[in-house]
Amino acid sequence: MKFLRNTIDKLKPNFEKGGKLHFLHSTFDGFETFLFVPNHTTKQGAHIRDGIDLKRTMFFVVLALIPCTLFGMWNVGYQHYLALGQEASLMDNLLFGLMKTLPIIIVSYTVGLGIEFAFCQVKGHPINEGFLVSGMLIPLVLPPDISLWMVAIATAFAVVIGKEVFGGTGMNILNPALTARVFLYIAYPVEMAGEIWVSGIKGGAVDAASGATTLGILGAGKEATVDTYNAFMGLIPGSIGETSALMCLLGGVFLIATGIGSWRIMLSTVLGALGMGLILNMVGGNPYYDLPAYQHLIIGGFAFGAVFMATDPVSAAQTNRGKWIYGALIGVLTVLIRVFNPAYPEGIMFAILFMNVMAPLVDNYVIKSNIKRRLSRVKA
Amino acid sequence: MQPFAKRISAMSKVIKIKKGKDINLAGVAEKNVAPRTVSSTIAIKPTDFRNLVPKLVVKAGDEVKAGDALFYDKNNPEVMFTSPVSGEVAEVVRGDRRAVLEVRVLADSETSYKKFDVSNASNTKEVLLESGLWPCIVERPFGVVANPSATPKAIHVSCFDTSPLAADISFTLSKEGDAFRKGVEVLKSLTSGKVHLNVDANGQNQDVFTQTPGAVVTQFAGPHPAGLAGVQIHHIDPINKGDVVWTISPQHVVFIGRLFTNGQLDLTETIAVAGSDIKKPQYVETMVGTNVEVLLKDNVSGDNSRIISGNVLTGTSIGANGYLGFFDNVVSAIPEGDEYEFMGWLFPSYARPTISNSMPISKYLKKNFVVNTNFHGEERAFVVSGEYEKVLPMDIYPVHLLKSILAQDLETMENLGIYEVIPEDMALCEFVCTSKIEVQKILGDGLTLMAEEG
Repeated sequence: MKFLRNTIDKLKPNFEKGGKLHFLHSTFDGFETFLFVPNHTTKQGAHIRDGIDLKRTMFFVVLALIPCTLFGMWNVGYQHYLALGQEASLMDNLLFGLMKTLPIIIVSYTVGLGIEFAFCQVKGHPINEGFLVSGMLIPLVLPPDISLWMVAIATAFAVVIGKEVFGGTGMNILNPALTARVFLYIAYPVEMAGEIWVSGIKGGAVDAASGATTLGILGAGKEATVDTYNAFMGLIPGSIGETSALMCLLGGVFLIATGIGSWRIMLSTVLGALGMGLILNMVGGNPYYDLPAYQHLIIGGFAFGAVFMATDPVSAAQTNRGKWIYGALIGVLTVLIRVFNPAYPEGIMFAILFMNVMAPLVDNYVIKSNIKRRLSRVKA
Repeated sequence: MQPFAKRISAMSKVIKIKKGKDINLAGVAEKNVAPRTVSSTIAIKPTDFRNLVPKLVVKAGDEVKAGDALFYDKNNPEVMFTSPVSGEVAEVVRGDRRAVLEVRVLADSETSYKKFDVSNASNTKEVLLESGLWPCIVERPFGVVANPSATPKAIHVSCFDTSPLAADISFTLSKEGDAFRKGVEVLKSLTSGKVHLNVDANGQNQDVFTQTPGAVVTQFAGPHPAGLAGVQIHHIDPINKGDVVWTISPQHVVFIGRLFTNGQLDLTETIAVAGSDIKKPQYVETMVGTNVEVLLKDNVSGDNSRIISGNVLTGTSIGANGYLGFFDNVVSAIPEGDEYEFMGWLFPSYARPTISNSMPISKYLKKNFVVNTNFHGEERAFVVSGEYEKVLPMDIYPVHLLKSILAQDLETMENLGIYEVIPEDMALCEFVCTSKIEVQKILGDGLTLMAEEG
């Protein structure tokens, strides 16, 4: 540790004002503070500070994503060999998935961090930790056979338009990872609707139907039998990291236990979806109406969205009461979009983005009621 | 006689504070009082009073008695700030733009007191103003020295302190019951409303406070900041726009009681000297404005300590030979944290106080922490939500209030309740902040802006 510290101290003057590499000072700072918590002490206000910081907070979200990531890699391989009708071992599946997934992750982080570093450099800001999470979320919501150039464009769009134009981490209105996803969905509808949901079946090697997702089939107006076990475990085609409700549940439990993710949002999103699903079940009529309410929770990206996307503290509602409303409406809207607008099967994505935009309004009303309470005291 | 808990429950209600956090630190003062220790020079610091613009009435070399004015408030010229000792004005310490930071008085070996006429009940206010005890009264909104022409709707005395390493007030004032009761009697003449004594529901030996005739006793239970007057007022009778509420510490009530008993200014107090860098943390009898050097002599371990007048959340860093603040009854000494910590954000190398479940060992460890002044991170934009709310037991949206201050939006500040808080009330928010935002500074700036323009 001492050697590392000494090396950094030796290099540091180059990056300080007047040094040759001053233009890279934000980048240097970023790496230095990653390795060492700075020796900054309190100057004014409270003399002592909590041990938590944003690095830890963000890193814990990445930790929570590990089950989804590992399972997702394996499932990419599993779906591939399943579609080809070949036997494959756990290692085969994992290896195939790794080969498919790793390039996407690398592209996402390289492009995203590159832009982030450049922005911080120009603005003279310290490097923010936000993209640690976004960079992992983006690959997990993409199909396994997506072209890497699309990953790059989507990531760039998400970081620049989704975040940096608003002022960087903490200032954005939309969830950056979802911004990337919806950008691809809208800008490249043909590519995204193709046979990229199961890896390695392009070119008609296999019957196209086997590459379709549950939501895709339902959207086409056909009856889909959801195998509850497979959907819950995640043994179905879909985006890399979001097929397994079980893995999302693990991540969610971890986030709630560590206090990093909002249990209010997760719970209210689930309750909202269940409630709306039950109402539609009572109405009944077509296959989509009749889909049992609980199955809404395990198909598509619902679980992943509820746990990892809706809970992004920056784009979500920020008041505790607002979080309940925000989450519940995401749940309700997800089911509504899925059922009433089958052209957009990914209801959760649009529901969250829509509620991201509405979150400040929700908070505004919550706060207005607080103001009203305060004013009514004067009259009383 | 009935047990204490039973007697008190018959006379007052208990308000339970649920949100908050007790920060347990190593080096709690032991309950024995070291003999009187006062430095040869005493300093009164205008900076202890929010937004005060002092006007000096003495210069270096002048002779003063205990109770003679050193300076007054430019905006309220009748408010005097007086010397607690007799002697010679040794030095006026100035800072940026010649702002007065300290007025130091070299004390005589034998104190001669200025006599105040306390026989006449009609001139209570004048005596308080002249004696220099008026500035003990803090006015809300804004947390400034009370305006003598205002009549508060209530006066609140928080009779316990929940902050880290706090002095046990029921212990330090255990022999001051008479002076305390006398002081409360004086305070009652200053308000048309009530004098509230807010006591610790779980405290021992509260009789010194609860046996006070004519005051409203309310019990509070719960973690810090349950002991802050701001929180207590919010739960008893919140401050609305146009309201004026005064607060005063029990120690200062005793000062007033003493003055109105024998007609002279006696600012002797028992304070705690505490913290992990103090070899023998205990109480000591001393005086307002003493140089802490005499209290810390041969008593500080380590050579890199931060000496704080007050507690570690709201106090002022004064160095090893600074002067005890006017309102402070604890001197805290903790190690500086100016060291790098390898991957400390991921693998903390020692336990530290936290409210985050992401550090389960630190959070659930039942021990008194040795805490240092490291920032444990870097300042960032607001990201995490719902964090301040966990430690602010008030019906206030703290982050939105702070954002309205940053935007200098006076109307929103008012709507969101800025009148109800002063920086100390939100010190815990600053402590817990993941983004390391300077909450007390922002709130202080907002209060100043509001006081000037609101």
